[in-house]
Amino acid sequence: MEIPYTVEARPDTGVYNAKLGVWLFLASEVMLFGGLFSAYVLLRVGTPPELWPHGWLNVKLGTLNTVLLASSAITTLLAWAALKVKKFNHYRIYHGLTLLLAVAFLVIKSTEYNDKFHHYEIVQTDGKIADGHLVEKSADFDLVKKTGEVTLHHVRVVEKTEELADLRHAKPPGEGEVKIAAANIKKMQNYGPYHNNYLGIYFTLTILHALHILGGAIVIAFLWGPGSKMWKTEPERFTNRVEVSGLFWHFVDLVWIFLFPVLYLT
Amino acid sequence: MVTKMQSTTHATPHFQADHGHGAHHHDEGFWRTYVFSIDHKVIGIQYGITALAFLLFGFSLMLMMRWQIAHPGISIPLAGPLLEKLLGSVAAKGVMSPDLYNSFGAMHGTIMVFLAVVPLLSGMYGNYLVPLQIGANDMAFPRLNMMSYQFYFIGGIVMFASFFIPGGAAQAGWTSYPPLSEVIPTDGQTYWLIGMVFLITSSLLGSANIIATIVQLRAPGLTWMRLPFFVWSQFVASFLLLLAFPPLEAAGVMQLMDKVTGSSMFLPTGLSVGGKIANVAGGGNPLLWQHLFWFLAHPEVYVLILPALGIVAEVIANNTRKPLWGYKSLVYGSLGLGFMSFIVWAHHMYLTGMGTTIATFFQTTTMIISIPSVIILTCLLMSLWGGSIRFNTPMLFALAFLPMFGIGGLTGLPLGFSASDLHLHDTYYVIAHFHYVVAPGTIFAIFAGIYFWFPKASGRMMNEFWGRVHFWLSFIFMNLIFMPMFAQGLAGMSRRMSDGGVNYSASYFQANGIVAAGGLSNNIMYLNNTILWAAVGLGLAQIPFIINFFYSIFKGPRVTSDNPWQATTLEWQTPTPPGHGNFLTPPSVYRGPYEYSVPGHPVDFIAQDQPDKAKA
Repeated sequence: MEIPYTVEARPDTGVYNAKLGVWLFLASEVMLFGGLFSAYVLLRVGTPPELWPHGWLNVKLGTLNTVLLASSAITTLLAWAALKVKKFNHYRIYHGLTLLLAVAFLVIKSTEYNDKFHHYEIVQTDGKIADGHLVEKSADFDLVKKTGEVTLHHVRVVEKTEELADLRHAKPPGEGEVKIAAANIKKMQNYGPYHNNYLGIYFTLTILHALHILGGAIVIAFLWGPGSKMWKTEPERFTNRVEVSGLFWHFVDLVWIFLFPVLYLT
Repeated sequence: MVTKMQSTTHATPHFQADHGHGAHHHDEGFWRTYVFSIDHKVIGIQYGITALAFLLFGFSLMLMMRWQIAHPGISIPLAGPLLEKLLGSVAAKGVMSPDLYNSFGAMHGTIMVFLAVVPLLSGMYGNYLVPLQIGANDMAFPRLNMMSYQFYFIGGIVMFASFFIPGGAAQAGWTSYPPLSEVIPTDGQTYWLIGMVFLITSSLLGSANIIATIVQLRAPGLTWMRLPFFVWSQFVASFLLLLAFPPLEAAGVMQLMDKVTGSSMFLPTGLSVGGKIANVAGGGNPLLWQHLFWFLAHPEVYVLILPALGIVAEVIANNTRKPLWGYKSLVYGSLGLGFMSFIVWAHHMYLTGMGTTIATFFQTTTMIISIPSVIILTCLLMSLWGGSIRFNTPMLFALAFLPMFGIGGLTGLPLGFSASDLHLHDTYYVIAHFHYVVAPGTIFAIFAGIYFWFPKASGRMMNEFWGRVHFWLSFIFMNLIFMPMFAQGLAGMSRRMSDGGVNYSASYFQANGIVAAGGLSNNIMYLNNTILWAAVGLGLAQIPFIINFFYSIFKGPRVTSDNPWQATTLEWQTPTPPGHGNFLTPPSVYRGPYEYSVPGHPVDFIAQDQPDKAKA
């Protein structure tokens, strides 16, 4: 039993099955991220402007990641083009590069997450807010028992949390380390998704995007490694597979092209 | 009802599909054939059996709730002790606690919509029939098809398991509005969200597959305007699933973030839980959930109704022995319906205090969407005109569908206007309205389809007498259940009250010296009893169906032809039941889908794959 148009295009539609399938899938993906971007817009307009965070993310790392993904879009295209002109070795090189770029993206993204989880906002009993990165907690640190102390560096001390909202033009944080005793801490929270809605939607959007990158990378790794055996038996079908995975990859890149300005630059 | 004329294409049925398929025939073994099959028909049947089981399960939840509504605080007969054994203190002494009532209510809706009716329509019918009706040998992506069933199954297991965790299943309604859904202190809601993510993924894979199949795998000669209307209905419904479900998936992921990581995207500032300010960042937007939810859930209504209309159209054309009246109007009507269904969602939200401008927009679109619905219903009604109608069981269900869907649709109009909706919102009127669309509407269409295509799938006929018993009892009890709810809703009875409205009844007011205008009258309250026993009757009325169904699989009379209903569409031109690969020879299509009673032709139907004599 052969299903028609798995490799060659159906004349009246001009596409093979998988290509149509992936476009349909991408249409649903547009709606998925469309829903999340709408959520971002509505959360943002529902927040008083002076409370919406700006400059909380590392623009340099974001730019680097944008460049990485944009390059991977090129290598993906070249990988497919190499197969089209039957240069399998070039394919291996280009898609190998795509994989490396994807992994580099994920590594950078995870350092950014890591940074957020080490970044603490500490409300002290005198009402002042110390905001900085965790160096260490003393062994007996316990917020409930009020024992021990926590050490931060790159600390800003402010009167009100609103002063931390827009960091684009804020003074850089102090260089030295600051120790705060647990007894003086009223509330201590890192910059996880629970910190505020900006971080909530930031984590939701970027984790979902990173999962797409991961999924795409697994597919590309398969096509680069064990799946590439198909080149010997069914070269055209293999080329189609690379094309379809490339369509998905370009979509994932495109999502990042929207995520970067929305989350990092505005 | 089968006339003496035989199908011209396959006079004798082919009980083994393997003739002519010897080259592709190899024994796959039990697991590959029945459990991990990639044959669209087996997957369709898997969907069917699972979803019918969930349909019965969802119904039995409701049956227990109806007892609690009619007799609040009294132990449920038969089921009560069992509930206590299974679920513990929430059903102490066999009495349904309000928490359990809320769980059952939320899960009844979830199960009926996402685990029963949609999987029956797109999973069972879509999988089984679409490839057959378009002359394809399978779906475009058979392995993906298997995966979408597996995702559906896992989603179902997660939902089912949530009943047995501490605190029980989700309690915030099938709509899961935050903040309520997020602050109820059980993990049921988390299970619900994870289950939904699986179900949505399954729907997305399934709908992309159906669309790709229809676009790519139509047999030669099967142009778009020669497609059976059922295929069109699946096509539009699949697009709705494909494009409307992802925003709910987005919302589900956000609510999951709220539940699991403690973010507050749907939790407002100053939220108070149990008299204390909740320990959340706040600033979230509960209305955002409602928008994202109804952006799916309104198109979902049309996912529930379009394939049902498709089934009814097939059954009506076959049993009136004449072409559908206004085939093109049906097609364009369903396309219009599909498009409009994306811009009516906020008519579920008039009570949220939206501005009059927005309300006007959604009232207008809601009135506009009734036009294609009425076009479709009119076409189906007109198709009956002048026909020599065969009143067999499938046709009875299909005929009953028309007025039932009509009642459901027309009673929706007052809900589409914000002025009248403000009174009717969240009353039993709403319950009656959408159940008329889905229960005696869609579920009757599902029954019509089961009786109609059973001989193709099993090679045997279902018993006609018990089919009629099933139909008439279901028809009577369905109406006895839902018609009184209109009266209750108009009288102001709210839905989701675990005491069935006792606290708002006139007699309660009197007994407790409460001075208040009105209160639900004794007559309105008494209807709870009527509905309870009608629901019990409806349950009993399904017994003939269940026995008939299983008995007929093994012992029903074998069909004497591959085309027992003398139908024109391609699924009847296959062996019975069709083997893996479906057709003995790849079919070509020469004509439209409903060439019944063509003047001058010796028999009263011409199959789509029958060539013109002149050309042949």
